[in-house]
Amino acid sequence: MISVTNLSKAFGDFIAVDKLSFEVRAGDVVGFLGPNGAGKSTTMKMLTGFLTPSNGEIRISDMAMDKSSKAIQKQIGYLPEGAPAYGDMTVVEFLSFIADIRGLKGQHRKDRIREVIRLVQLEEVLRRPVENLSKGFKRRVGLAQAIIHDPDILILDEPTDGLDPNQKHQVRELIKNFSKDKIVIISTHILEEVTAVCNRAMIIAAGKMLFDASPADLQKKSRYYQAISLHFTQLTDISGLAELEGVEDMEVDRHNGRVTLFPEGQQDLMPAVSAYIRDRGLQVDTLYQEQGRLDDVFRQMTEEVSA
Amino acid sequence: MANVITLFRREFSSFFATPVAYVFILIFLMLSGVFSFYIGNLYERGQADLLPFFNFHPWLYLFLVPAIAMRSWSEERKSGTIELLMTLPVTILEIMLAKFLAAWAVLGLALLLTFPLWLTVNYLGSPDNGIIIAAYLGSWLMAGAFLAIGICMSALTKSQVVAFILAIVVCFVFVLSGSSIVLDAFTGWLSPLLLDTLASFSFLTHFESMAKGVIALDDVGYFVIVIGVWLYAGLLAVEQKKAE
Repeated sequence: MISVTNLSKAFGDFIAVDKLSFEVRAGDVVGFLGPNGAGKSTTMKMLTGFLTPSNGEIRISDMAMDKSSKAIQKQIGYLPEGAPAYGDMTVVEFLSFIADIRGLKGQHRKDRIREVIRLVQLEEVLRRPVENLSKGFKRRVGLAQAIIHDPDILILDEPTDGLDPNQKHQVRELIKNFSKDKIVIISTHILEEVTAVCNRAMIIAAGKMLFDASPADLQKKSRYYQAISLHFTQLTDISGLAELEGVEDMEVDRHNGRVTLFPEGQQDLMPAVSAYIRDRGLQVDTLYQEQGRLDDVFRQMTEEVSA
Repeated sequence: MANVITLFRREFSSFFATPVAYVFILIFLMLSGVFSFYIGNLYERGQADLLPFFNFHPWLYLFLVPAIAMRSWSEERKSGTIELLMTLPVTILEIMLAKFLAAWAVLGLALLLTFPLWLTVNYLGSPDNGIIIAAYLGSWLMAGAFLAIGICMSALTKSQVVAFILAIVVCFVFVLSGSSIVLDAFTGWLSPLLLDTLASFSFLTHFESMAKGVIALDDVGYFVIVIGVWLYAGLLAVEQKKAE
């Protein structure tokens, strides 16, 4: 378990992290969201014991970071931002080095190295120096070193940055499989990633916590949550739609003619809308319920703070 | 301790994964040869010893050791691997020791590879080999002191070039403070006590008798203290500056 109380970090006059408090329990997969410079990386650097907090306390597995950082670091796997690695080493040398530092020995060491190579699919680059690898491979080497000792806590700073969609999918699967009874904290800019892998979303901006709940709750904050989008095949009089029971607002996109109906509260408009269409025999080529646009929520929340 | 060995192996092999160690050793061997034979007149002196060879070591180290020390921390900070390294369960002290020992081992290897000189004097005459071994050890110890300064300077900056220049300047001060140029300049208007103190800070003063094969406790102690102090200063610098 990770428990953070009033965590602050200042660099000179600049306050990067401002009195953050939160708890993370085993099984939590936390998505750390926030604009660039929000303090995500700084927080992660403090959680991993790289930076010393200016104020506040970090306790991990009932140990205080300032007293037993080495014992804590043994339980953590960390992928720093940009996935730094020793460029002059080959992939297999680098992973062996990390395995040695992590205290893995004998057959177990061999098995773990083989296992992580399989998990992140590094077979074809084992003998290549890290500095000659593509961005995607470098990132995967970083991931491999983070999970080599099968840590209880996995902290990944932008794990999918620079990966192609297939690789992103792979990394997400990896995180999902990893996370059964462990703690995973990932930072990302990609909001869909949070709904895809996380069961908890934290948004921070300007060093402050703005939101901490499930990704579904985050979607609920969107104006588009459960909104109905539809498009008519022919030009149709749509004024009646806005008058339907429970519709708060209607928007029509001038370019593509798409109609969006916003519900009052969290009503389900679908039955009313489909009945309306059926009764009048209207031709519709698209009709669906929106899940909430995270981008909007994110922008709204974080722009308020920085404004 | 196991960590120091693992880190040492990584550092040591990284010297050889890049051309750094090869270039260093090659240049060290060439220059030490040139200095001993052309400037030190190893043959013409007609004495079976390696004094001309050892006498030039402080000046060789002055430029060569900073070159091997400059990347130790600068590179880690520049490439961001310092974050990886310091979130692994190893202490800064362990990393520092491993870096120092690895580079020191490369210096030791360079010294060992000067063995043809030793063979030469043994072929030409019958030198006191005990003296030569003692001088080798003394030279290696002094190289460690240069190295500690270089590593500390490397901990101060992300730029290897800046680290290199800073290290040369500081090493230069430590070498020069015992040379006759500086001491003569201060003679007359510094009290002899201060002058002795100044001279006692110099690598030259402490290496002088070592080069002749005299290993005195105070000289050894001096270099060990210099190594310890500079490595500790480097440790503090890393701790302070790691986040920048």
